[in-house]
Amino acid sequence: MTSPRPASASQALAPAERAVQLLGGDLSEVALRQHLEGLPTVDAVGLEARAASFGTRSIKTTSKAAALDTVIRMIDLTTLQGSDTRGKVRSLVAKALVPDASDPSTPRPAAVCVYGDMVGNAVEALGSAWSAGKDDGINVAAVATAFPSGRASIGVKLQDTRDAVAAGADEIDMVIDRGAFLEGNYGKVFDEIVQTKDACRRDDGTYAHLKVILETGELVTYDNVRRASWLSILAGGDFIKTSTGKVQPAATLPVTTLMLQVVRDWERLTGERIGVKPAGGISTSKDAIKYLVAVAETCGEAWLDPHLFRFGASSLLNDVLLQRQKLTTGRYSGPDYVTID
Amino acid sequence: MATSKTTTAKATTAERTASRTAARTASDRAASARLDVPKTYKLFIGGAFPRSESGRVTEVTDAKGRFVANVAKASRKDAREAVRAARKAHPGWAGATAYNRGQVLYRVAEVLEGRKAQFVDELVRTEGLTAARAAKQVEAAIDLWVWHAGWTDKIAAIAGNANAVAGPYFNISVPEPTGVVAIIAPQTDGLLGLTSVVAPALVTGNSVVVVPGSAQLSAISLAEVLATSDLPGGVVNVLTGDAAELAPWLASHADVNALDLTGAGELDWITLEQSAADTLKRVLRPEPGIAPETPQRILALTETKTIWHTKSRL
Repeated sequence: MTSPRPASASQALAPAERAVQLLGGDLSEVALRQHLEGLPTVDAVGLEARAASFGTRSIKTTSKAAALDTVIRMIDLTTLQGSDTRGKVRSLVAKALVPDASDPSTPRPAAVCVYGDMVGNAVEALGSAWSAGKDDGINVAAVATAFPSGRASIGVKLQDTRDAVAAGADEIDMVIDRGAFLEGNYGKVFDEIVQTKDACRRDDGTYAHLKVILETGELVTYDNVRRASWLSILAGGDFIKTSTGKVQPAATLPVTTLMLQVVRDWERLTGERIGVKPAGGISTSKDAIKYLVAVAETCGEAWLDPHLFRFGASSLLNDVLLQRQKLTTGRYSGPDYVTID
Repeated sequence: MATSKTTTAKATTAERTASRTAARTASDRAASARLDVPKTYKLFIGGAFPRSESGRVTEVTDAKGRFVANVAKASRKDAREAVRAARKAHPGWAGATAYNRGQVLYRVAEVLEGRKAQFVDELVRTEGLTAARAAKQVEAAIDLWVWHAGWTDKIAAIAGNANAVAGPYFNISVPEPTGVVAIIAPQTDGLLGLTSVVAPALVTGNSVVVVPGSAQLSAISLAEVLATSDLPGGVVNVLTGDAAELAPWLASHADVNALDLTGAGELDWITLEQSAADTLKRVLRPEPGIAPETPQRILALTETKTIWHTKSRL
């Protein structure tokens, strides 16, 4: 699309509507840097204490049942292995369609999340349950832009995205160029997000939802997470996502809380709602419910919606199903009573 | 002390005696002033000794009603954690060679032998036994561990078989462990009663969640022995507490494969058995006293696996 440009301080950036509105008409790397580095720093101790306090709420009986169902509705059921086969994707989709065969009232997850080349298989397996860009049904999310490392040329990244969208992906999970970000080359990261957003455009003029993966485990500091979140939103991301799940630490409660604070601030500033997706390392219902508390107490209960909050997870669903079975039957369930894949 | 030493050199005999007496009374005072270090008997889950999640304890008293110790009182959530730990530990223990399991069980006997005095003391204090009878019981328990240690690599020989089949196949049956076994231990005979139900389950590679009967202190002390006998953490989990409270949760738990009700005679064991049937558990019914020392008991907690394999024709 465009040849890589040398990073120059006065370089004009690709126009992104939000950034132009916030930073003014002459969008430049300098303006962007000044804006991002002018963000207040994060009180790490306060943030961690706040996050730890989310684990102290008592959520029992009917509220627990409601929380578990909400968690299931927010899950992006994920398989992102080099060893993924078409059969594996089919069985993942089957699990999304019927999460618990012993209880038809179990809600379905929001989406299945696969590698770009598996999108066609996922769409085919979903059949009529596929949302196809509409609001009803299960979405297909695809990771793109040389996931998980993001180390490829921009042309490859954009083609990766276009292919997934053409195959039917409703949502694109892109990774940012962490190397460029850590070098302070915010303009390059910004441009890539803008261009990827452009590549999410379908033939009919609509866009696949763009989730921007920050890979917070590689950003090292909370300040960087705040800047990267803000940068991703400015560049046009619909969702900001913590991690690929391939790097430790992946999603943590403090980092997710921080990102929720950013989207809350963005809403106060512009009235626009951005989604948050923690991914990687959330495998128990107990943890997931702490995240729901974080969402409700940071952004408000309106945010407890699959359009605004998602869990990227593979084993979480089974644990939620076990807890759900415990609530409905009154006895503890076991791993023999849920499917493995 | 340093000062008293320097003065002794010049002191008369009378003075020396006086100073020695003073020193002795000081040391006596120190001995009587030493604070008791009472032990809190905690649960044994996944190789660790946590308190009950509920924070509850039961007081154990001696025959005359005097306080002996606080023992953690397990809740249903502790039972859930114990089952989870047992499930996690099961593949490793079941997959260990029979020879290795035998060595570990024998090691339990060895370590018990070294700590005999502690077990005798606990039985004397809590069960009101004479020292001689307590010692006899502890020795019987040690012997029972040795007896079971011997069975680990022999049980397949008496329960397994090369079956005759009408075809060119090997057809082999072998006993395999049932899985996670929840045990309500006998209410009597303390350490011996506990050993009589736990050891047979361990022989073939089951992992165990046990609710001890009267011998709550012995059960936790035994857990300390198990923890230092190379038994992988989680293979045995001990939940001291109220069997009537815990048993229904274990009986209905879908991830428990067998329920040994040997010591549940006083409980509503028929309901427990019915509840266990919901998830097709193997159930051993209550028996008076301690569990009998038989290979049948070991085999009661096994499943038979039969394998067909073609015979090669060279």
